[in-house]
Amino acid sequence: MEEKWVENVVYERPLSLSGVATHYCPGCTHGLIHKLIGEVIDELGIRERTVAVAPVGCSVLLYNYFELDCAEAAHGRAPAMATGLKRVQPDRIVFTYQGDGDLASIGIAEIIWAATRGENITVFFINNAIYGMTGGQMAPTSLPGQVTGSSPMGRDVEMTGMPIRMAELLAGLPGSSYVVRRSVYDIRTIKDARKAIRTAFRVQMSGAGFSLIEFLSSCPTNWGLAPYEALNWIKENMVPYYPLGDYKVVDMVKELK
Amino acid sequence: MAKELLKGNVAIAEAAIRAGLQAYFGYPITPQTELLEHMSLRMPQLGRVFLQAESELAAINMVYGASCAGVRVMTSSSGPGISLMQEGLSYIACSEVPVVVVDIMRGGPGLGNIQPTQADYNQLTKGAGHGDFRSIVLAPSSVQEAIDFTVLAFDLADKYRTLAILAGDGMVGQMMEPAELPAMQKPPVSRPNWALTGARSRPKNIITSLFLSAENLEEVNTRLQAKINRIKAEEVRYEEMLANDAEILIVAFGTAGRIAKTAIREARLQGIRAGLLRPITLFPFPFAPLDRLVQDSQRERSVKSVLVVEMSAGQMVEDVRLGVRGRVPVYFYGRTGGAVPLPDEILDQILGLARRQNEVTEPGADYREDLQGPASTPMAA
Repeated sequence: MEEKWVENVVYERPLSLSGVATHYCPGCTHGLIHKLIGEVIDELGIRERTVAVAPVGCSVLLYNYFELDCAEAAHGRAPAMATGLKRVQPDRIVFTYQGDGDLASIGIAEIIWAATRGENITVFFINNAIYGMTGGQMAPTSLPGQVTGSSPMGRDVEMTGMPIRMAELLAGLPGSSYVVRRSVYDIRTIKDARKAIRTAFRVQMSGAGFSLIEFLSSCPTNWGLAPYEALNWIKENMVPYYPLGDYKVVDMVKELK
Repeated sequence: MAKELLKGNVAIAEAAIRAGLQAYFGYPITPQTELLEHMSLRMPQLGRVFLQAESELAAINMVYGASCAGVRVMTSSSGPGISLMQEGLSYIACSEVPVVVVDIMRGGPGLGNIQPTQADYNQLTKGAGHGDFRSIVLAPSSVQEAIDFTVLAFDLADKYRTLAILAGDGMVGQMMEPAELPAMQKPPVSRPNWALTGARSRPKNIITSLFLSAENLEEVNTRLQAKINRIKAEEVRYEEMLANDAEILIVAFGTAGRIAKTAIREARLQGIRAGLLRPITLFPFPFAPLDRLVQDSQRERSVKSVLVVEMSAGQMVEDVRLGVRGRVPVYFYGRTGGAVPLPDEILDQILGLARRQNEVTEPGADYREDLQGPASTPMAA
């Protein structure tokens, strides 16, 4: 009798992701984080009631990569836009996806107030310590001494202040419910990040309030590093200043687990 | 419904609610704050959304978000707040979502003061943000019109998927007079097919103002301009008073237009043929009615000069000059800083013009410096 070969599908593109090539640079972790978010949205079965708000920055074209209803916000205003979208349709799942310039610099008032109000939205905050889309200028989260297009001699903290730690800041506000920092530089951190994405969406689905994940992310192009070196750079340079961990998990969220 | 004594700001808020407003986002600023206060009480009572934002910047972006969800939404502010909203207004215009904005104009520039002016005319009618766009701008001159135009603003915003702005001045916002509110309309239950409600059993909807290729963005701009041209052709609104046989045509809007009526009646009693053209839509500006009235100046009894009265240093007067095209002189009388012209001041201008009518009639004479208003009431252009 002939041996029968059976092919098993072990992985498929999530329905929440579009089957298109991205414009992201080789080694950039935006694509990876998109994938994790798309997988979790599929897993939770919320694709048909989710609305995404894209930022200004490298992920400005996010709406091309997700098979979700999407709005494109002005620079930094995604949390305000998400507030409007969510308040008039509280049964929908609304998330923003924002970079460090967008969230921590120009949009810092909007994110602080969304968190303060305990807005029932989810925020994915991509911290790669640089302005990617404009070609590598100093970000509010650039590290001391970091050489960028607008700090050619290295970030001078005497002049610009120290980089801002957003997860810690937002966790300190009474309105936030779930604030954690994750990364995606190896298998273990990717798995942890995926779990946090799931928790963040479940926080919103249960009406438990404001959830935010800060991802320490890479920018090989503007850091001037090869993709693998860039992942190491996160681990060696960013993690010491931005420790990974859970900064705020209110009781209501703990009970979800 | 019976008339009731209503404050302008409260009347606008209640009219919006009765027009089916589903969400309001705003930030306190004098002289419009009663509007926001009324919303804060009534909207939650009706199970609708009210939120006091952290800034006008946030407020307009909340409005943008809610409008993307396809609901009736508005915000209100005054000049300094409208300046902060310009970013959002530009995005909203490009995204073609319907939004109503109320500007209760106060004195400027800068922090200025909280007295009534009309000095946001250019800001509101010439775009109100970066890039090529126009908004429909409605200028009420009474509490009743503030109510009626608020309801109209929602219908026009929906009809054209555009920004509709109610341009009241501090006088309209703050004064109380008898007016009739409309019946309560239920907010629409269904959402438009372009709304961001979740991609359920349909392809995803995207609302964006980003179009990276020149071809795509030019296509968007062409569509916006076509819409603006349709609005220009179909939505011009104005009022005429004794304009048909007027020799001196006053052009004034809002509170200034209302005050001008008193002056015109007095001038008529003194045998001077004065009349009024009061633009109700500041954009689209009533160029055709103005043109018709000035065209008639070829006849024996007709417009010999135009007097523009504004509570500003002269902004609408530029549009009037464009429309008149030098056929008759265009004079300007304005008060700034929150000073409201008295009927007598306008009457003095009319009397002065009537005296000069026989002396100076050549086109372009309006630029002569000796034709300025009385020294005690400057602001001639």
